[in-house]
Formats: sequence, structure tokens, C-alpha cells
Amino acid sequence: MNTSAEPILPAYPLEPRAPSVWQTLSNALIITRREVRDSLRDWRIIAPIVILTFAFPALAQFVASQFAGFVEGFGAELIGDRMIPFLLMIVGFFPISISLVIALETFVGEKERRSLEPLLSTPLTNTELYIGKTLAAMLPPLVSSYGGMLVYLSSLVYGDLAWRPQPLLIAQIILLTTVQALVMITGAVVVSSQTTSTRAANLLASFIIIPMTLLIQGESAIMFLAPDAESPNGIGALWAIITGMCVVVVLLLRVGNSIFNREELLGRTIDSLNLRTAFRKLGRAVRAVDEQGSLARNLADWYRRGIRLSLRRLGLATPITAALFVGVLAAGSIFGMVSDWQLNLPRGLDLSGVAGNLDAYASMFFGGEVVSTIFWQNTRILMGATLLGMFTFGSLALVLTPAVYFILGYVVSQVMLAGYNPAFLAPAILTHGVVEIPVIVLATAAALRLGAVVTRPPKGSTVGFAWTVALGDTIKLWIGLILPGLLLAALIEAYVTPVVVAAVIGG
Amino acid sequence: MIEAHELTKYYDDFRAVDAVSMDIPSGEVLALLGPNGAGKTTTVRMLTSILAPSSGWAKVAGYDVARQPEQVRAHVGVLTEQHGLYERMKAMEYLDFFGQLYHLPASERRQRTLNLMERFDLSFALDKRLGEYSKGMKQKLALVRAMLHSPPVLLLDEPTSAMDPQSAKQVRDAIVELQRDQRTFLITTHNLTEAQQLANRIAIIRHGRIIASGSFDELARRFTGVPLMELRVRGELNGLAGDIGDMVSVEEAGGNWLRYRVHDPETTNPQLIRKMTALGVDIITLAPLTQTLEEIYLQVVKEDEAAARQKGKDSEHLG
Repeated sequence: MNTSAEPILPAYPLEPRAPSVWQTLSNALIITRREVRDSLRDWRIIAPIVILTFAFPALAQFVASQFAGFVEGFGAELIGDRMIPFLLMIVGFFPISISLVIALETFVGEKERRSLEPLLSTPLTNTELYIGKTLAAMLPPLVSSYGGMLVYLSSLVYGDLAWRPQPLLIAQIILLTTVQALVMITGAVVVSSQTTSTRAANLLASFIIIPMTLLIQGESAIMFLAPDAESPNGIGALWAIITGMCVVVVLLLRVGNSIFNREELLGRTIDSLNLRTAFRKLGRAVRAVDEQGSLARNLADWYRRGIRLSLRRLGLATPITAALFVGVLAAGSIFGMVSDWQLNLPRGLDLSGVAGNLDAYASMFFGGEVVSTIFWQNTRILMGATLLGMFTFGSLALVLTPAVYFILGYVVSQVMLAGYNPAFLAPAILTHGVVEIPVIVLATAAALRLGAVVTRPPKGSTVGFAWTVALGDTIKLWIGLILPGLLLAALIEAYVTPVVVAAVIGG
Repeated sequence: MIEAHELTKYYDDFRAVDAVSMDIPSGEVLALLGPNGAGKTTTVRMLTSILAPSSGWAKVAGYDVARQPEQVRAHVGVLTEQHGLYERMKAMEYLDFFGQLYHLPASERRQRTLNLMERFDLSFALDKRLGEYSKGMKQKLALVRAMLHSPPVLLLDEPTSAMDPQSAKQVRDAIVELQRDQRTFLITTHNLTEAQQLANRIAIIRHGRIIASGSFDELARRFTGVPLMELRVRGELNGLAGDIGDMVSVEEAGGNWLRYRVHDPETTNPQLIRKMTALGVDIITLAPLTQTLEEIYLQVVKEDEAAARQKGKDSEHLG
């Protein structure tokens, strides 16, 4: 070692700068610059980017002009015209598919090469790392994508076809390309944080590629078939897809930001699935009666403390769900007031005759097994909502079950518009609804929490642990309250509601 | 400078670190020793605010590892178990990148990089891609990265493991120099000779628990007993062991040598020398027998294993 008299290191380090949005972005960009530079040194990334930016648009232009000429010969110019924006979308999509490769490489690859820990040891925050790496995975493919589209568009506009596109359609395709890149990268972050090898990440990436391919097929069909394909306002269905994808991006960003943390990245060392351990933990979560995970002493203790704990943990999910149900009911009523959607029910009917036929109506709807049919029907819907909620961050749980209340609101408005007092519906709904409605709200809230918990696990808790606890709470509520409640509601609906309705209508 | 109190870390149900407490004042080197999987790396990761403790607390450079992670990381230099370099980058570029993450101004980044690279004899490789570096060079560069922001605390995981003897000495010299500059070190290592040379204090961790800690002398005294002295004389001892039996406890004796244990060598040894001189015995040497950290380490682990076995038996009996 050189033994100069100078101290080996100067005085102690600079203090970390005060957090601010600008500082966060500035720190993130340090990561981005390095990653982009590193990506651009890799010929395996550069080669496809260059080919897809310059060669593929030329090929697409050639195909478009050949195809347009061919279909013109059969008087089907429309097909040729619709083919052009479709190819534009494909020209834009192919380069962004590389973003998935880069994202998986920058996250899992770095983890695999053990170069992540030195980076995690710096004063960067998780958010700065996440933003920096996400931008780095996005930039080269997006630049290539925009470049490719520009090359293709230029050749269309200035070439033989002299195509004059609708500006908003072009804007839609650019937006679609951007949000698709975002969805793939944010999805890749989620995948990469849950795996420890590039191989495993590549296998799991099919969960992103397959839905994205299906989406592209759907978008292609829309571009060909949409009645507003030539509209100066763009294609309505594509706006809807862009909006939906933006929501998905926000949700995935939240999930990504919450699981892209040092704990998740370094704590996970093996990918193996240990079902026995997983079930054991779930079993403990179901039997837990307090935050420390103490197990219930007996059934009474489980009901008294365990169920109360699970109800408390639902937190805001319960009021949000209840408010949504009320809102949806009101929306259904308002929707029913729109003249185009009114049923125009016959007026002045004598409802007392209906009362005598309630049993016949019941057997028509439910067959002979009224209680089991009602119970199974409600159980199936709520289980479906729970399953859908699990895979959609809770969002579809808030679509499926409230839909019934939208219809109910609509029916009430139609009854009122036909001049009847809607109060007669009250016994038909509320007699068993007193039990059923709270149970449905509870099941929906549990499904919402189960799906949404991965987007924001409680502080100090990993995603896996938070999800296991939420699943345990959901099972607990199903066993302790939802299934018994649905059974009780079905019994009331089968045996008590018809009597009350008959008494009121027959009144 | 590093304070930890009952620091505990669970991975699911597995307790990787179990109530680890330590207090390393400024300018001290603590060597954390232990078998693979003992919890050394997890402890270091908690002290770097990379992993959150499940319970307990720790402060590094005055900052709480759980509540002020960015401040902790700004004041800590970490050499990770795997050097984890970006192999397509050149050294200058690599260190500049890390310098930016610590908000060092451009001129400072350049100056520190040049100084440190020179100190560790790496100047010749400044423009080489890191993929071309040898294992030892990579290790040294990783150490330069850990020092670049001039941290008051350095947490080094196996700092010389991949190095040739000359490079290892460079690193040890740097540690000694930085220690004089009041920097604090926590070193995890399997190289017990190095730990003995560098550390003011040693902690032995096993199954996530610190089973012994203290200075080398304290550990030696506690686990291998009072120092063993060896006396060599001219000619034969001829029953001399019996004559000094009232002063020291003789452990072994040969033709012209004997070994004895003594609680208070500073008082007893001069008396012993006087007595032997009076008896007409010529003393050739009187010196303590050197104990190595390896002996102490093995003894500590052996005692812990025995204690664990006994505990197992006790619980079987109770069961």
C-alpha cells in the first residue's frame, strides 16, 4: 500500500439531503442513467432495439402497401385502411416487449449477480430505487418504440400510400404503447421481487405476456371492427382500454412500490413452495385471536376475540363497501330515470293477486330445494367475488356484488315511475335482507381487503405475511359469520319473507 | 458508535438472530465470529438498515436503524459478502456512480477515487472493465467503494477472504490506520488470526445468539482458564515441582521444564524467580504459553454445544 502521510479518508460524510420530490427524482435518475448506459452496452439488448426501430417498420410499411394494393383489387379498401393503424400499434408494441426482458434482467438479474446489496446499502430510499429502475427498464424500449412508429408513420405519410391519419388515433396508439410498457414493467417488478432467479422470473413472466397478448388481439379486433374507427375523436373502446390500463398501472405501481423493498428483495432466498408450512401458517392465522397471533382457547374465545379481531382488521374496507352499495343503489335509481332506459311497466295492477302465487313463483325460481338453492346462489356469488378480488387487487369484488344493488335501484325507480308505492318491495327485500345485506357487505369488504392488502401491506410486514393474515381473516369471517348468516338469510327468505310479503300485499 | 439491544430477526418462524446486544465505541474494532448460518450477515444487514429488526433496537452513528434508515446508510460503509460489482463498468465510472449516490461533488468523487485506488495499488486498473479484475482486485475495489463516502462506521464481511497475503496486509493496515482515525469497525470473518490481530473485542455468535464476547484476554481467561506459564531451567528439575507447589499449580513437568497456571503472574512470578535463584536453579526462560483465538473459539463452541445438549436432556427429563 502507498503509505503517504495523508489520511486515508477525509472527514466524516456529508449528511443525506432533505427529502423532496426533486431530490427523489434526482436520486432515481442516477440509477436510471447507470442502468440505461449498462443496457446500451449489451448487444443482446441493442441488436433487437435497432432492428425493431429501423428494419421492422420498413417491413411493416412494405406489408401495408402490398396488402392495401391486394385488397383494393377486390374493392375492400376498408380492410387495407384499417390494417395501417393496426400495424402501427404492432410496430410500437414489439420494441416495448423488450422492456419486460430488461425489467426482469435489472431486478432479478441484479439480485442473482449479488450486485443489489451494495446498492441497497446506499442512502437511497426504496421509492428512489424503484423509480430509477422502472425508468431504466422503460426508456430504451419506449424510445425504440416511438422511433419505430415515427419511421413507419413517416414512410406512410410521405410514401406512396400518402396516408393521412386522425391525430387522435395516433395519440391513442402512442398512449396505448406507453401504458402497455408501464403495465409490463410494473408487472415485472412484482414478478421479480417474488423470485430469486432469472429462470423463475422468465417462467412467471407468462402471467404478464399472455394477458398482454390477449389484450393486443382485442385491441386489433377493435381497430378493425369499431364503428367509430374513423372518428376524429379516436376509438371509444380504445379510450376505455387506456383508462382501464391506467388504473392497472396505478395498482401495480402501488404493489411494486410496496414490495420493492430491501426486506422483500433480500429476505427471500429460495423459490420453493412449502405447502405444509403455508397451510400451517394459514391455520394459525384462522385460529388467531390477537395481533400477536395467540391461538383461540375454545370456540367461544374464537368467536369473542378472533372474529372481533378480523372485523377490526377490515378497517376502511367495510365503510367503503357499505358506501359503495348505497351509491350503486342510488346510481341504479338515477339510471332508471333516463327515458331511454325505462321499462314503462304497466300501471294500475292489482298486486293482491300476486300474493297468492308467491309459492309458485318461488318454486319457479328456486325449484323444490328453496333454502339450499338460495344459500348456494348467494354463496357462489360471494365466493366468486372473493376469488376475483384476489386477482384484481380487490377491484372486481366491488363490481360483482354491488351490481345486484344497481339492478335493485333500477327496479325501484321503474316501480315508482309506474305509479306504485315502492314500499311494498321493502318486506320482500328487508325481511331476510336484515341478515343478508350486512353479510354481503361483510363478505365484499373481506374480498376487497384480501385483494388490496398486497398493494399496501401493513408497516413492517411482508406481502406474503400480510396476505396470509388477510386470507386467514377472510376464512375466519366466512366460517364464523358469512356462511351461518347466508344460511339464516336463506331460511328467512324461504319461510318468512313470503309470509310477510303476502301479508303486506294481500293486506 | 454502534449500539444494539436485544436485536432479533425472524424469517417467518425461523429466528435468524436472537437478542443480540453490543456496544462498540468509536475507534474500536469488533470481530464477529461464528460458523456459516450463525446470523452474522443478518446482523450486519440489520445494522445497515437493509433488514428491519423483528424486535429490539440498534443505533449506528447515533441514528436508529429502524426509524432513520437513510441516515444510517449514509454513515456506514459496507463490504458485502459478495462484492457484487457491475462487471461492464470501469472502476472510475463505478466509483463515480456510488459517489453520486452519496452526493459527493464531482471533483471530490474524482479525488477520493484516485487517492483510494492508489492506496490499494489499483491505479493501474482504473480504466479496466471490472469483469477483467482478478478476485482480489474486485475485493479491494469493493472495499474502496465502502470507504468512498468516508463513513465513520465500516461493516466489513470477510474483508480479506479472496486476497493474496500482500493485499490482505494492505487491507489490515488500512483498517488499523482508520481505527486510529476513530472509525469504528464491525468485521465478520472466519480468519481467526486476522480477527485476533485487528479486533479490540471479539463476539462469537452461534444459532443467532452471542455466546461469548470480550477482549481476547478476557475470552482466553474465561474459556481456557488462567494463563499457562512455561519455565525452562539449565539442567534437571529434580523434584523442584514439589518445592514450588505451594506457590503455583503445576500442570505438567518434563526433564528441564514445567508448566504451571498462576492467577496473578505479576506478583507470583517474581517471587518464584527469587525462590528458584535461592535454590541455585538457573532459569533459561519463563514465558506464557501462547493461546490462539482458534483454541478459544473451539472451546467456546464446544461449551455451547455441551450446554445445548444438557438443556435438551433436561427438557427430555421434564417431558
